[in-house]
Amino acid sequence: MTARPAQPTTAPPPFGAELRDVVVRYRRRDEAPALGGASLTVRPGTITGLLGRNGAGKTTALALLAGFRRASAGQVLVGPAGAMEDPFENPWAVMHTQLVREGGDVWGDDRAKDTLAHYADARPLWDGDLAAGLLDELEVDLRKKPDEMSRGKRSALGAVIGLASRAPLTIFDEVYLGMDAPSRYAFYDALVADYAEHPRTIVLSSHLIDEVERLFEDVVVVDRGRVLLAEPVEDVRARGVSLVGPADVVEQFVDGRRVLSRQRLGGTAQVTLFGAFDAAQRRRATDAGLELGAVAVQDLFVHLTRETGRDREAQR
Amino acid sequence: MFDGPEPIYLQIAQMIRAQVLAGETAEEEQVMSTTELATTFRINPATAAKAFGQLVDEGVLYKRRGLGMFVAPGARERLLARYRARFFDEVLAPALAQAAVLDIPTAQIVDYVLGRDGPDGGVDGVAPTSGSPTGTPV
Repeated sequence: MTARPAQPTTAPPPFGAELRDVVVRYRRRDEAPALGGASLTVRPGTITGLLGRNGAGKTTALALLAGFRRASAGQVLVGPAGAMEDPFENPWAVMHTQLVREGGDVWGDDRAKDTLAHYADARPLWDGDLAAGLLDELEVDLRKKPDEMSRGKRSALGAVIGLASRAPLTIFDEVYLGMDAPSRYAFYDALVADYAEHPRTIVLSSHLIDEVERLFEDVVVVDRGRVLLAEPVEDVRARGVSLVGPADVVEQFVDGRRVLSRQRLGGTAQVTLFGAFDAAQRRRATDAGLELGAVAVQDLFVHLTRETGRDREAQR
Repeated sequence: MFDGPEPIYLQIAQMIRAQVLAGETAEEEQVMSTTELATTFRINPATAAKAFGQLVDEGVLYKRRGLGMFVAPGARERLLARYRARFFDEVLAPALAQAAVLDIPTAQIVDYVLGRDGPDGGVDGVAPTSGSPTGTPV
């Protein structure tokens, strides 16, 4: 490892992150691996959403990016564009990467104050004022030990640590668990505001897709240890379309497409279709008196991951 | 908010155009910053920046270095010209097509536009409101 200054004078540029054909096996070789040949790219400076069902491999992928564990096979790279390195046992990469996992990644039986002091010391770009302001807003009592806190307060503490670290690669792995709605929205607001002022790379995994999809620039969907899709969120939204109008007219436009959802009220129907509508089709639909709408990322996610879920059931 | 079929940045651009068109935001007046827009609507700042980029290209907004985004001189006139050109095709034509479907006689539409009652004083008591243009430009 080449020597680097311990305290860089300027903030490193936002990190990119990459998995190249990564395999992670936790147990015996004949069991399905947690990641079975996963490849993805997180563009530097984006807020990237990582979506997947329970057990899909999200947490494993994020732990790899943070250098918390090593891949069984394949390559893991993080760092500024053109200078990406394997984060495992790599002090420089670890110093500039902040992973916050469920439960806040805090020491349960030390006072929260001590955890905060540790991160303030470990993260070169730490902003103590930002931390203090957010902790106050989220009503986290620093004199308490995280073990004495509610799950929501412990998560809030973790969320604050993630934001205040200003790390060039900041990863939130289901950090919202236990946080009530006002706290979650306070976290989202703080995240958007601070990210806008201090651009960095943020990876956020969440099951509350409706709440966070607009925060994302890119979306990665993992399923059963593989990457199903990784693309800008606008492209994800364009993978489907919703139509509202007279039921018979709506049905003409279904035209053999896969229907993600269908609702009917008297003569009016709403369908959500999988598959892009090009400009000509949009015009035809509008001319026919239909109202076109976007498809929620959540609906597409459910659709994309449901089939593989059925396969999984069938294998048992 | 922003539930339309278009990408969110286009819907934001449309919202700002509508504000300029309605005179709610005057020329040379400062509009929200990317950060304000992002935090107000809880959207990715890149999405907000993309909307501004589009409006700068159209000459609706311009950037003052270090200060922010401002409504360009003549922006409202430019938008008016653009939407006037589209009004007949995009607003009136669909309304008239709908009137044809509903068997509303042209004379009744003309009377409505001119603000007069029908030949025998308000035909059938049906208020000719259907298909009235809402004025939201697309």
